[in-house]
Amino acid sequence: MMNYVWGGLILVSIVFGACTGHMQQVTEAVYSGGAAAVEMTLTLAAVMMVWGGLMQVAERAGLTGLISRALSPLLRLLFPGMDPKSSAARAISMNVSANLLGLGNAATPFGMEAMRRLQEENPLKDTASRNMITFVVLNTASIQLIPTTIAGLRAKYGSANPMDIMPAVWLVSLSALIVGQVLNRLLAARAERRARICR
Amino acid sequence: MQVIGAWAVPVIIGLILVMGLCKGVRLFDAFLEGAKGGLSSLVGIIPSLVGLIAAVEMFKASGAMDVLSAALSPVTDFLGIPRQVLPMVLLRPVSGSGSLVLLDRILSSAGPDTLAGRTAAVLCGSSETTFYTVAVYYGACGVSRIRYTLLAALLADGAAALLSGVAVRLLFPGSL
Repeated sequence: MMNYVWGGLILVSIVFGACTGHMQQVTEAVYSGGAAAVEMTLTLAAVMMVWGGLMQVAERAGLTGLISRALSPLLRLLFPGMDPKSSAARAISMNVSANLLGLGNAATPFGMEAMRRLQEENPLKDTASRNMITFVVLNTASIQLIPTTIAGLRAKYGSANPMDIMPAVWLVSLSALIVGQVLNRLLAARAERRARICR
Repeated sequence: MQVIGAWAVPVIIGLILVMGLCKGVRLFDAFLEGAKGGLSSLVGIIPSLVGLIAAVEMFKASGAMDVLSAALSPVTDFLGIPRQVLPMVLLRPVSGSGSLVLLDRILSSAGPDTLAGRTAAVLCGSSETTFYTVAVYYGACGVSRIRYTLLAALLADGAAALLSGVAVRLLFPGSL
């Protein structure tokens, strides 16, 4: 899937660039896009090291175990068959709680750690497991409790009450999260049915 | 709200360290070990980030977005998504910084307290940069066959776009 999306994105850009006379901009974007990605990793580097390190401290102090025990009903619902004491479950719990607290920066390193732990349990190393997909879909629709950046932009243009969108943001992000997880369940069931027929 | 934002990170770091001290954890040794792990997984995601962001930037520069929004406008008109917000629907899953720039432009042209301004803000705040998340997370563990991940994630993004229009109409009945 990713192969087609990536190839398609680039080929479509070249065709449209040629048709609309934007070829020069497309050429520049090849390098500016790559440079933007490297810049992004540099910004991410500090975050990854700080929270990766703190995660290790929390792990040894037994804090991650406590949090995953508190979140275990949610984990059982989303990840059927997962052991709530496993290291994957602990990393997932840290990621979910960081997202809920609005610490998007910390959620990413915890999430990457969770993916590495899930990979250890994954029998097919090049193919995403069901729990991996559930986890990534969960993170593509995460809930933002206080949308500060967006409220800041609204304030800049003279909004009467920049934070008044908060209930709408909660409603929409929660609904989108549920839609994502329901679709994930349906698609997982379909994939399993197909696998059984092939066998 | 600002106060919560300023306190959250130091309080959480403090909690983790105090708990580590109570349990007799060698704090700095543990930190270094974890930080090394964080750094090595970061190195692993650089190639996928470079590939993906270059492709997204090429797509934005090619003008394909304008053609696509023109082609999709009958559909979104029918679904009740304001026409100015449509580029946001397309840009939000692929580019985080790009959609913030776009939100800035929509807010300045339509105004922050209008239907279009509010819908764009709600959409921007209630979904994530799906492509970036997928690239980072699968890059971290070296999985290339991601099966139905993008399908489920992008359909959820579509639902968020649709629901932003509905929610703003419901919660701000007077706005135009």
